Amino acid sequence: MKPVQKKLTTWFFSCLLCAVFMRPVFIQPVYASDLLMVRSQQAFPEAMLTLQTSIKEHGYTITRVQRVDVGLTGMGYHTDKYRVVFVGKAKEIHYLVNKYPALAAYMPPQISIFAEQGETVLVTANPEIYAPMVDDKDKVIFRRWESDVYSVFDDIRAADE
Amino acid sequence: MKFPVIIKRILLPVLLLLSAGAYCAPHGKTLFARHCSACHGSHGMGGVGVPIALPAFINSVSNTYLTKTIRHGRPGRIMPAFEKLSDAQVVAIIKFMRKWTWKPAPNEDDTPVVGNKKHGRLLFARHCARCHGKDGQGGKGTGVTFSRKRDLPIIAPALNNAGFLAAASDVMIRDTITFGRKGTPMVSMLKAGLSREDINDLVAYIRSFTPAANKRAQAIHASGDLSPIITMASPYGMKETIENIKQAIINQNFTLIRVDYLDHGLVTKGHEDKSKVVIHFCNFKFLFNALAIDPRVGMFLPCRITVTEKNGKVRLTTVNPQRLSKLFNNHELDESCRAMHKVYQSILEDATL
Repeated sequence: MKPVQKKLTTWFFSCLLCAVFMRPVFIQPVYASDLLMVRSQQAFPEAMLTLQTSIKEHGYTITRVQRVDVGLTGMGYHTDKYRVVFVGKAKEIHYLVNKYPALAAYMPPQISIFAEQGETVLVTANPEIYAPMVDDKDKVIFRRWESDVYSVFDDIRAADE
Repeated sequence: MKFPVIIKRILLPVLLLLSAGAYCAPHGKTLFARHCSACHGSHGMGGVGVPIALPAFINSVSNTYLTKTIRHGRPGRIMPAFEKLSDAQVVAIIKFMRKWTWKPAPNEDDTPVVGNKKHGRLLFARHCARCHGKDGQGGKGTGVTFSRKRDLPIIAPALNNAGFLAAASDVMIRDTITFGRKGTPMVSMLKAGLSREDINDLVAYIRSFTPAANKRAQAIHASGDLSPIITMASPYGMKETIENIKQAIINQNFTLIRVDYLDHGLVTKGHEDKSKVVIHFCNFKFLFNALAIDPRVGMFLPCRITVTEKNGKVRLTTVNPQRLSKLFNNHELDESCRAMHKVYQSILEDATL
Protein backbone atom coordinates (compact mmCIF):
# COMPACT_ATOMS: atom_id res chain seq x y z
CA MET A 1 0.00 0.00 0.00
CA LYS A 2 1.32 3.45 -0.96
CA PRO A 3 1.83 5.98 1.87
CA VAL A 4 -0.86 8.32 0.49
CA GLN A 5 -3.30 5.46 0.21
CA LYS A 6 -2.42 4.39 3.73
CA LYS A 7 -3.04 7.90 5.04
CA LEU A 8 -6.36 8.10 3.27
CA THR A 9 -7.44 4.74 4.62
CA THR A 10 -6.51 5.72 8.16
CA TRP A 11 -8.30 9.05 7.79
CA PHE A 12 -11.39 7.36 6.40
CA PHE A 13 -11.64 4.78 9.17
CA SER A 14 -11.07 7.48 11.78
CA CYS A 15 -14.00 9.40 10.33
CA LEU A 16 -16.11 6.28 10.33
CA LEU A 17 -15.26 5.48 13.94
CA CYS A 18 -15.99 9.06 14.97
CA ALA A 19 -19.33 8.84 13.21
CA VAL A 20 -20.22 5.62 15.00
CA PHE A 21 -19.23 6.90 18.42
CA MET A 22 -20.67 10.37 17.95
CA ARG A 23 -24.04 9.11 16.77
CA PRO A 24 -25.52 8.79 20.27
CA VAL A 25 -24.48 12.41 20.85
CA PHE A 26 -26.36 13.53 17.78
CA ILE A 27 -29.52 11.71 18.71
CA GLN A 28 -29.29 12.34 22.47
CA PRO A 29 -32.67 13.40 23.80
CA VAL A 30 -33.06 17.16 24.00
CA TYR A 31 -36.17 17.55 26.07
CA ALA A 32 -37.60 21.01 25.98
CA SER A 33 -39.18 21.32 29.36
CA ASP A 34 -39.06 20.29 32.96
CA LEU A 35 -41.47 17.50 32.13
CA LEU A 36 -40.23 14.30 30.58
CA MET A 37 -42.80 12.48 28.49
CA VAL A 38 -42.94 9.42 26.31
CA ARG A 39 -45.66 7.76 24.29
CA SER A 40 -45.90 4.02 24.01
CA GLN A 41 -47.78 2.43 21.17
CA GLN A 42 -48.47 -0.44 23.51
CA ALA A 43 -51.83 -0.69 25.22
CA PHE A 44 -51.93 0.35 28.86
CA PRO A 45 -51.36 -3.08 30.53
CA GLU A 46 -48.36 -3.88 28.31
CA ALA A 47 -46.86 -0.41 28.71
CA MET A 48 -47.28 -0.65 32.47
CA LEU A 49 -45.49 -3.99 32.47
CA THR A 50 -42.65 -2.58 30.36
CA LEU A 51 -42.35 0.38 32.71
CA GLN A 52 -42.25 -1.74 35.84
CA THR A 53 -39.72 -4.15 34.35
CA SER A 54 -37.45 -1.35 33.20
CA ILE A 55 -37.64 0.48 36.54
CA LYS A 56 -36.57 -2.68 38.35
CA GLU A 57 -33.80 -3.35 35.83
CA HIS A 58 -32.45 0.12 36.59
CA GLY A 59 -32.18 -0.79 40.25
CA TYR A 60 -35.16 1.15 41.55
CA THR A 61 -37.95 -0.11 43.78
CA ILE A 62 -41.59 0.52 42.99
CA THR A 63 -42.99 1.57 46.32
CA ARG A 64 -46.61 1.88 45.29
CA VAL A 65 -48.92 2.06 42.29
CA GLN A 66 -51.70 4.55 42.93
CA ARG A 67 -54.83 3.72 40.94
CA VAL A 68 -56.17 7.21 40.23
CA ASP A 69 -58.86 6.02 37.81
CA VAL A 70 -60.33 3.60 40.32
CA GLY A 71 -60.90 6.40 42.82
CA LEU A 72 -62.47 8.57 40.14
CA THR A 73 -64.80 5.94 38.71
CA GLY A 74 -65.73 4.95 42.26
CA MET A 75 -66.98 8.49 42.71
CA GLY A 76 -68.94 8.36 39.46
CA TYR A 77 -66.48 10.13 37.14
CA HIS A 78 -65.83 8.69 33.70
CA THR A 79 -62.13 8.23 33.07
CA ASP A 80 -59.65 6.08 31.23
CA LYS A 81 -56.89 4.08 32.93
CA TYR A 82 -54.60 6.25 35.02
CA ARG A 83 -51.94 5.20 37.54
CA VAL A 84 -49.20 6.95 39.44
CA VAL A 85 -46.08 4.87 40.05
CA PHE A 86 -43.87 5.81 43.02
CA VAL A 87 -40.21 4.83 42.61
CA GLY A 88 -36.95 5.22 44.46
CA LYS A 89 -33.84 3.71 45.98
CA ALA A 90 -34.02 3.38 49.76
CA LYS A 91 -30.48 4.62 50.43
CA GLU A 92 -30.80 7.67 48.23
CA ILE A 93 -34.25 8.63 49.48
CA HIS A 94 -33.17 8.29 53.13
CA TYR A 95 -30.01 10.29 52.46
CA LEU A 96 -31.81 13.08 50.64
CA VAL A 97 -34.76 13.57 52.99
CA ASN A 98 -32.55 13.43 56.07
CA LYS A 99 -30.13 16.00 54.69
CA TYR A 100 -32.71 18.16 52.89
CA PRO A 101 -36.04 17.97 54.74
CA ALA A 102 -37.75 20.15 52.11
CA LEU A 103 -37.31 17.32 49.62
CA ALA A 104 -39.58 15.11 51.75
CA ALA A 105 -42.55 16.77 50.04
CA TYR A 106 -41.40 15.38 46.68
CA MET A 107 -40.12 11.96 47.63
CA PRO A 108 -40.35 9.28 46.41
CA PRO A 109 -40.58 10.58 42.82
CA GLN A 110 -43.58 9.65 40.72
CA ILE A 111 -44.26 8.68 37.14
CA SER A 112 -47.80 8.98 35.89
CA ILE A 113 -49.01 6.62 33.21
CA PHE A 114 -52.32 6.94 31.43
CA ALA A 115 -54.14 5.42 28.50
CA GLU A 116 -54.85 7.50 25.46
CA GLN A 117 -57.13 5.39 23.30
CA GLY A 118 -55.04 2.37 22.25
CA GLU A 119 -51.75 3.95 23.33
CA THR A 120 -50.19 4.98 26.60
CA VAL A 121 -48.55 8.21 27.74
CA LEU A 122 -46.01 8.46 30.56
CA VAL A 123 -45.03 11.69 32.27
CA THR A 124 -42.64 12.59 35.03
CA ALA A 125 -40.97 15.69 36.36
CA ASN A 126 -37.39 16.05 35.24
CA PRO A 127 -35.43 15.11 38.40
CA GLU A 128 -33.18 18.08 37.65
CA ILE A 129 -35.93 20.32 39.04
CA TYR A 130 -34.94 19.14 42.52
CA ALA A 131 -31.29 20.07 42.03
CA PRO A 132 -31.65 23.69 43.24
CA MET A 133 -32.80 22.29 46.59
CA VAL A 134 -29.51 20.53 47.33
CA ASP A 135 -25.79 21.27 47.63
CA ASP A 136 -23.69 21.12 44.49
CA LYS A 137 -22.05 17.85 45.46
CA ASP A 138 -25.43 16.09 45.66
CA LYS A 139 -26.77 17.37 42.35
CA VAL A 140 -25.16 14.38 40.70
CA ILE A 141 -27.90 12.18 42.19
CA PHE A 142 -30.54 14.00 40.17
CA ARG A 143 -28.43 13.95 37.04
CA ARG A 144 -28.24 10.18 37.43
CA TRP A 145 -31.97 9.93 37.98
CA GLU A 146 -32.56 12.04 34.90
CA SER A 147 -30.32 9.78 32.86
CA ASP A 148 -32.17 6.75 34.22
CA VAL A 149 -35.53 8.24 33.28
CA TYR A 150 -34.27 8.73 29.72
CA SER A 151 -33.07 5.16 29.72
CA VAL A 152 -36.39 3.81 31.06
CA PHE A 153 -38.24 5.84 28.43
CA ASP A 154 -35.90 4.47 25.76
CA ASP A 155 -36.87 0.97 26.89
CA ILE A 156 -40.51 1.90 26.54
CA ARG A 157 -39.96 3.23 23.04
CA ALA A 158 -37.89 0.18 22.15
CA ALA A 159 -40.77 -2.08 23.17
CA ASP A 160 -42.82 -0.50 20.37
CA GLU A 161 -40.41 -1.74 17.72
CA MET B 1 -12.69 -11.07 -7.15
CA LYS B 2 -10.76 -7.94 -8.11
CA PHE B 3 -12.42 -4.52 -8.25
CA PRO B 4 -11.15 -2.00 -10.79
CA VAL B 5 -8.78 0.48 -9.19
CA ILE B 6 -11.16 3.43 -9.61
CA ILE B 7 -13.89 1.64 -7.58
CA LYS B 8 -11.50 0.53 -4.87
CA ARG B 9 -9.71 3.83 -4.44
CA ILE B 10 -12.34 6.45 -5.12
CA LEU B 11 -15.92 5.22 -5.36
CA LEU B 12 -15.85 2.88 -2.39
CA PRO B 13 -14.44 5.43 0.07
CA VAL B 14 -16.87 8.08 -1.24
CA LEU B 15 -19.81 5.73 -0.81
CA LEU B 16 -18.68 4.74 2.66
CA LEU B 17 -18.21 8.38 3.62
CA LEU B 18 -21.66 9.25 2.35
CA SER B 19 -23.24 6.41 4.28
CA ALA B 20 -21.36 7.50 7.40
CA GLY B 21 -22.78 10.99 6.89
CA ALA B 22 -26.28 9.62 6.54
CA TYR B 23 -25.71 7.53 9.64
CA CYS B 24 -24.86 10.67 11.62
CA ALA B 25 -27.60 12.89 10.18
CA PRO B 26 -30.50 13.61 12.48
CA HIS B 27 -33.23 11.06 11.99
CA GLY B 28 -36.60 12.76 11.72
CA LYS B 29 -38.66 9.76 12.75
CA THR B 30 -36.55 9.17 15.86
CA LEU B 31 -36.58 12.83 16.78
CA PHE B 32 -40.34 13.03 16.30
CA ALA B 33 -40.79 9.97 18.52
CA ARG B 34 -38.60 11.54 21.21
CA HIS B 35 -39.85 15.10 21.21
CA CYS B 36 -43.26 15.27 19.60
CA SER B 37 -45.14 12.00 19.67
CA ALA B 38 -45.83 12.01 23.42
CA CYS B 39 -48.26 14.89 22.85
CA HIS B 40 -49.11 14.75 19.14
CA GLY B 41 -49.44 10.97 18.86
CA SER B 42 -47.21 8.41 17.18
CA HIS B 43 -48.68 9.26 13.79
CA GLY B 44 -49.34 12.92 14.49
CA MET B 45 -53.06 12.42 14.94
CA GLY B 46 -53.21 14.23 18.26
CA GLY B 47 -53.37 13.48 21.93
CA VAL B 48 -52.49 16.00 24.57
CA GLY B 49 -51.41 18.08 21.57
CA VAL B 50 -53.27 18.89 18.37
CA PRO B 51 -53.52 16.52 15.36
CA ILE B 52 -50.77 17.92 13.16
CA ALA B 53 -50.95 15.13 10.61
CA LEU B 54 -54.36 16.24 9.37
CA PRO B 55 -53.82 16.79 5.62
CA ALA B 56 -55.77 20.05 5.81
CA PHE B 57 -53.18 21.30 8.29
CA ILE B 58 -49.86 19.86 7.22
CA ASN B 59 -50.43 20.57 3.52
CA SER B 60 -51.30 24.18 4.14
CA VAL B 61 -48.53 25.32 6.48
CA SER B 62 -45.07 26.38 5.38
CA ASN B 63 -41.81 25.05 6.74
CA THR B 64 -41.19 28.50 8.21
CA TYR B 65 -44.42 28.25 10.22
CA LEU B 66 -43.48 24.79 11.50
CA THR B 67 -39.92 25.86 12.32
CA LYS B 68 -41.09 28.92 14.24
CA THR B 69 -43.71 26.86 16.04
CA ILE B 70 -41.10 24.34 17.16
CA ARG B 71 -38.71 27.12 18.17
CA HIS B 72 -41.17 29.41 20.00
CA GLY B 73 -43.74 26.85 21.15
CA ARG B 74 -47.00 28.24 22.45
CA PRO B 75 -46.33 30.04 25.72
CA GLY B 76 -48.91 29.02 28.30
CA ARG B 77 -50.58 26.54 25.94
CA ILE B 78 -48.59 23.34 26.69
CA MET B 79 -46.44 23.28 23.52
CA PRO B 80 -42.93 24.06 24.81
CA ALA B 81 -40.26 25.99 22.94
CA PHE B 82 -37.66 23.54 21.65
CA GLU B 83 -34.70 25.85 21.88
CA LYS B 84 -32.10 23.14 22.31
CA LEU B 85 -32.80 21.29 19.07
CA SER B 86 -30.27 22.05 16.36
CA ASP B 87 -31.40 23.55 13.06
CA ALA B 88 -30.64 20.22 11.38
CA GLN B 89 -32.82 18.39 13.89
CA VAL B 90 -35.74 20.77 13.31
CA VAL B 91 -35.38 20.30 9.55
CA ALA B 92 -35.30 16.51 10.01
CA ILE B 93 -38.50 16.57 12.08
CA ILE B 94 -40.29 18.69 9.49
CA LYS B 95 -39.08 16.44 6.66
CA PHE B 96 -40.49 13.47 8.55
CA MET B 97 -43.82 15.27 9.04
CA ARG B 98 -44.04 16.01 5.32
CA LYS B 99 -43.90 12.28 4.63
CA TRP B 100 -47.36 11.87 6.18
CA THR B 101 -48.91 13.22 3.01
CA TRP B 102 -45.94 13.38 0.60
CA LYS B 103 -47.09 16.81 -0.48
CA PRO B 104 -44.51 19.59 -0.91
CA ALA B 105 -44.49 22.41 1.60
CA PRO B 106 -46.31 25.50 0.44
CA ASN B 107 -44.07 28.50 -0.13
CA GLU B 108 -43.88 30.99 2.68
CA ASP B 109 -45.68 34.16 1.62
CA ASP B 110 -45.09 37.02 3.99
CA THR B 111 -47.07 39.60 2.03
CA PRO B 112 -48.97 41.67 4.58
CA VAL B 113 -52.74 41.46 4.40
CA VAL B 114 -54.42 44.84 4.69
CA GLY B 115 -57.89 45.11 6.19
CA ASN B 116 -60.18 47.04 8.46
CA LYS B 117 -59.36 46.07 12.02
CA LYS B 118 -62.53 47.61 13.46
CA HIS B 119 -64.77 45.69 11.12
CA GLY B 120 -62.67 42.60 11.72
CA ARG B 121 -63.37 42.89 15.42
CA LEU B 122 -67.13 42.80 14.84
CA LEU B 123 -66.78 39.82 12.53
CA PHE B 124 -64.54 38.03 15.02
CA ALA B 125 -67.13 38.41 17.78
CA ARG B 126 -69.81 37.05 15.48
CA HIS B 127 -68.00 34.20 13.74
CA CYS B 128 -64.87 33.23 15.66
CA ALA B 129 -65.18 34.03 19.36
CA ARG B 130 -67.45 31.07 20.12
CA CYS B 131 -64.54 28.65 19.53
CA HIS B 132 -61.44 30.84 19.73
CA GLY B 133 -62.59 32.88 22.74
CA LYS B 134 -63.60 36.51 23.06
CA ASP B 135 -59.99 37.71 23.00
CA GLY B 136 -58.65 34.89 20.84
CA GLN B 137 -57.46 32.99 23.90
CA GLY B 138 -58.44 29.62 22.38
CA GLY B 139 -60.48 26.68 23.59
CA LYS B 140 -60.16 25.12 27.01
CA GLY B 141 -58.48 21.84 27.89
CA THR B 142 -55.89 19.85 26.00
CA GLY B 143 -56.21 17.91 22.76
CA VAL B 144 -57.92 14.60 22.24
CA THR B 145 -57.31 13.29 25.72
CA PHE B 146 -59.13 10.94 27.97
CA SER B 147 -59.99 13.79 30.24
CA ARG B 148 -62.65 15.21 28.01
CA LYS B 149 -65.19 13.94 25.53
CA ARG B 150 -63.68 12.93 22.23
CA ASP B 151 -66.37 14.74 20.30
CA LEU B 152 -63.96 17.34 18.95
CA PRO B 153 -60.84 16.40 17.03
CA ILE B 154 -59.09 19.59 18.08
CA ILE B 155 -59.20 22.40 20.62
CA ALA B 156 -59.52 25.80 18.98
CA PRO B 157 -56.02 27.35 18.91
CA ALA B 158 -55.21 30.49 20.87
CA LEU B 159 -54.89 33.17 18.19
CA ASN B 160 -53.59 35.75 20.64
CA ASN B 161 -50.71 33.51 21.63
CA ALA B 162 -47.27 35.04 21.16
CA GLY B 163 -45.98 31.79 19.62
CA PHE B 164 -48.81 31.62 17.10
CA LEU B 165 -48.50 35.29 16.14
CA ALA B 166 -44.77 34.91 15.63
CA ALA B 167 -45.15 31.79 13.50
CA ALA B 168 -48.21 32.48 11.34
CA SER B 169 -48.01 34.80 8.36
CA ASP B 170 -50.95 37.01 7.37
CA VAL B 171 -51.43 34.91 4.25
CA MET B 172 -51.56 31.69 6.26
CA ILE B 173 -54.20 33.15 8.59
CA ARG B 174 -56.16 34.43 5.60
CA ASP B 175 -56.05 31.07 3.82
CA THR B 176 -57.12 29.19 6.95
CA ILE B 177 -60.13 31.48 7.35
CA THR B 178 -60.89 31.31 3.65
CA PHE B 179 -60.68 27.55 3.17
CA GLY B 180 -61.17 26.23 6.69
CA ARG B 181 -59.52 23.05 7.90
CA LYS B 182 -61.19 19.88 6.73
CA GLY B 183 -61.53 17.37 9.56
CA THR B 184 -61.87 20.06 12.23
CA PRO B 185 -64.73 22.36 13.24
CA MET B 186 -62.96 25.20 11.37
CA VAL B 187 -65.16 25.77 8.34
CA SER B 188 -64.49 27.84 5.24
CA MET B 189 -65.66 31.35 6.03
CA LEU B 190 -65.86 32.06 2.35
CA LYS B 191 -68.43 29.30 2.02
CA ALA B 192 -70.08 30.53 5.21
CA GLY B 193 -70.82 33.80 3.44
CA LEU B 194 -67.95 36.18 4.26
CA SER B 195 -66.42 38.14 1.43
CA ARG B 196 -62.69 38.24 0.73
CA GLU B 197 -62.63 41.79 2.13
CA ASP B 198 -64.32 40.57 5.33
CA ILE B 199 -61.65 37.90 5.66
CA ASN B 200 -58.90 40.49 5.20
CA ASP B 201 -60.56 42.52 7.96
CA LEU B 202 -60.50 39.46 10.22
CA VAL B 203 -56.80 38.94 9.51
CA ALA B 204 -56.12 42.58 10.36
CA TYR B 205 -57.96 42.16 13.66
CA ILE B 206 -56.21 38.88 14.56
CA ARG B 207 -52.87 40.42 13.66
CA SER B 208 -53.64 43.23 16.08
CA PHE B 209 -53.64 40.74 18.96
CA THR B 210 -50.41 41.19 20.81
CA PRO B 211 -48.82 39.11 23.51
CA ALA B 212 -50.20 41.85 25.75
CA ALA B 213 -53.61 40.30 25.21
CA ASN B 214 -52.26 37.43 27.23
CA LYS B 215 -51.11 39.80 29.94
CA ARG B 216 -53.50 38.70 32.65
CA ALA B 217 -52.71 35.01 32.20
CA GLN B 218 -49.00 35.73 32.12
CA ALA B 219 -49.21 37.91 35.22
CA ILE B 220 -50.95 35.14 37.13
CA HIS B 221 -48.43 32.66 35.80
CA ALA B 222 -45.46 34.70 36.95
CA SER B 223 -46.88 35.74 40.30
CA GLY B 224 -47.59 34.04 43.60
CA ASP B 225 -45.53 32.07 46.05
CA LEU B 226 -42.82 30.35 44.00
CA SER B 227 -40.90 28.58 46.74
CA PRO B 228 -40.73 24.82 46.11
CA ILE B 229 -42.56 23.89 49.30
CA ILE B 230 -45.14 25.07 51.78
CA THR B 231 -44.00 24.28 55.28
CA MET B 232 -45.07 24.97 58.84
CA ALA B 233 -43.87 23.96 62.28
CA SER B 234 -46.34 22.18 64.52
CA PRO B 235 -46.54 22.92 68.24
CA TYR B 236 -47.91 19.40 68.80
CA GLY B 237 -46.37 15.97 68.93
CA MET B 238 -46.24 13.67 65.90
CA LYS B 239 -49.37 11.69 66.73
CA GLU B 240 -51.50 14.70 67.58
CA THR B 241 -50.32 16.59 64.49
CA ILE B 242 -51.33 13.68 62.24
CA GLU B 243 -54.78 13.56 63.84
CA ASN B 244 -55.12 17.32 63.37
CA ILE B 245 -54.20 17.04 59.70
CA LYS B 246 -56.77 14.28 59.17
CA GLN B 247 -59.47 16.49 60.65
CA ALA B 248 -58.32 19.53 58.67
CA ILE B 249 -58.47 17.49 55.45
CA ILE B 250 -62.08 16.56 56.14
CA ASN B 251 -62.88 20.18 57.00
CA GLN B 252 -61.69 21.17 53.51
CA ASN B 253 -64.04 18.58 51.92
CA PHE B 254 -61.19 16.32 50.93
CA THR B 255 -61.11 12.56 51.44
CA LEU B 256 -58.35 10.91 53.42
CA ILE B 257 -56.81 8.15 51.30
CA ARG B 258 -54.10 6.67 53.50
CA VAL B 259 -51.32 7.37 55.96
CA ASP B 260 -47.91 5.87 55.14
CA TYR B 261 -44.35 6.11 56.23
CA LEU B 262 -42.33 8.00 53.63
CA ASP B 263 -40.15 4.98 52.95
CA HIS B 264 -43.10 2.60 52.71
CA GLY B 265 -42.25 -0.02 50.11
CA LEU B 266 -38.58 0.95 50.06
CA VAL B 267 -37.69 -1.01 53.18
CA THR B 268 -39.14 -4.17 54.66
CA LYS B 269 -42.27 -3.77 56.72
CA GLY B 270 -41.48 -2.87 60.30
CA HIS B 271 -38.19 -1.19 59.42
CA GLU B 272 -39.64 2.09 58.18
CA ASP B 273 -38.43 5.45 59.45
CA LYS B 274 -41.27 6.31 61.87
CA SER B 275 -40.26 9.96 62.00
CA LYS B 276 -41.43 10.62 58.44
CA VAL B 277 -45.10 10.11 57.68
CA VAL B 278 -47.02 10.96 54.51
CA ILE B 279 -50.74 11.65 54.58
CA HIS B 280 -52.43 11.18 51.19
CA PHE B 281 -55.79 12.77 50.45
CA CYS B 282 -57.96 13.78 47.54
CA ASN B 283 -61.03 15.66 46.39
CA PHE B 284 -62.27 13.69 43.42
CA LYS B 285 -64.17 16.57 41.84
CA PHE B 286 -61.08 18.73 42.08
CA LEU B 287 -58.92 15.91 40.71
CA PHE B 288 -61.28 15.28 37.81
CA ASN B 289 -61.33 18.97 36.89
CA ALA B 290 -57.55 19.23 37.14
CA LEU B 291 -57.06 16.21 34.88
CA ALA B 292 -59.56 17.67 32.43
CA ILE B 293 -57.42 20.80 32.19
CA ASP B 294 -54.21 18.85 31.82
CA PRO B 295 -53.95 15.07 32.17
CA ARG B 296 -50.27 15.34 33.04
CA VAL B 297 -50.88 16.80 36.50
CA GLY B 298 -51.50 13.34 37.88
CA MET B 299 -47.82 12.93 38.60
CA PHE B 300 -48.19 15.21 41.62
CA LEU B 301 -51.32 13.48 42.83
CA PRO B 302 -52.85 12.48 45.10
CA CYS B 303 -52.37 15.46 47.41
CA ARG B 304 -50.04 14.75 50.28
CA ILE B 305 -48.60 16.30 53.38
CA THR B 306 -45.37 15.01 54.85
CA VAL B 307 -44.96 15.16 58.62
CA THR B 308 -41.42 14.91 59.95
CA GLU B 309 -40.07 14.84 63.45
CA LYS B 310 -36.50 15.81 64.33
CA ASN B 311 -35.20 16.39 67.84
CA GLY B 312 -38.78 16.50 69.15
CA LYS B 313 -39.81 19.21 66.67
CA VAL B 314 -42.60 18.39 64.23
CA ARG B 315 -42.84 19.99 60.79
CA LEU B 316 -45.42 19.76 58.03
CA THR B 317 -44.33 20.05 54.40
CA THR B 318 -46.13 19.92 51.08
CA VAL B 319 -45.28 20.62 47.48
CA ASN B 320 -46.15 24.12 46.33
CA PRO B 321 -48.74 23.74 43.54
CA GLN B 322 -48.12 27.29 42.35
CA ARG B 323 -44.50 26.49 41.72
CA LEU B 324 -45.38 23.17 40.08
CA SER B 325 -47.83 24.77 37.69
CA LYS B 326 -44.84 26.44 36.04
CA LEU B 327 -43.65 23.04 34.83
CA PHE B 328 -46.66 22.49 32.62
CA ASN B 329 -46.61 25.59 30.39
CA ASN B 330 -50.37 25.68 30.76
CA HIS B 331 -51.90 28.94 31.97
CA GLU B 332 -55.24 27.24 32.44
CA LEU B 333 -53.74 25.24 35.27
CA ASP B 334 -52.61 28.30 37.17
CA GLU B 335 -56.04 29.04 38.69
CA SER B 336 -56.42 25.45 39.94
CA CYS B 337 -52.92 25.45 41.37
CA ARG B 338 -53.59 28.75 43.10
CA ALA B 339 -56.75 27.24 44.61
CA MET B 340 -54.82 24.14 45.65
CA HIS B 341 -52.14 26.29 47.24
CA LYS B 342 -54.86 27.88 49.41
CA VAL B 343 -56.22 24.45 50.38
CA TYR B 344 -52.78 23.21 51.43
CA GLN B 345 -52.14 26.36 53.40
CA SER B 346 -55.52 26.16 55.16
CA ILE B 347 -54.96 22.52 56.10
CA LEU B 348 -51.50 23.28 57.45
CA GLU B 349 -52.78 26.27 59.41
CA ASP B 350 -55.78 24.33 60.79
CA ALA B 351 -53.56 21.46 61.87
CA THR B 352 -51.01 23.64 63.63
CA LEU B 353 -53.37 26.11 65.31
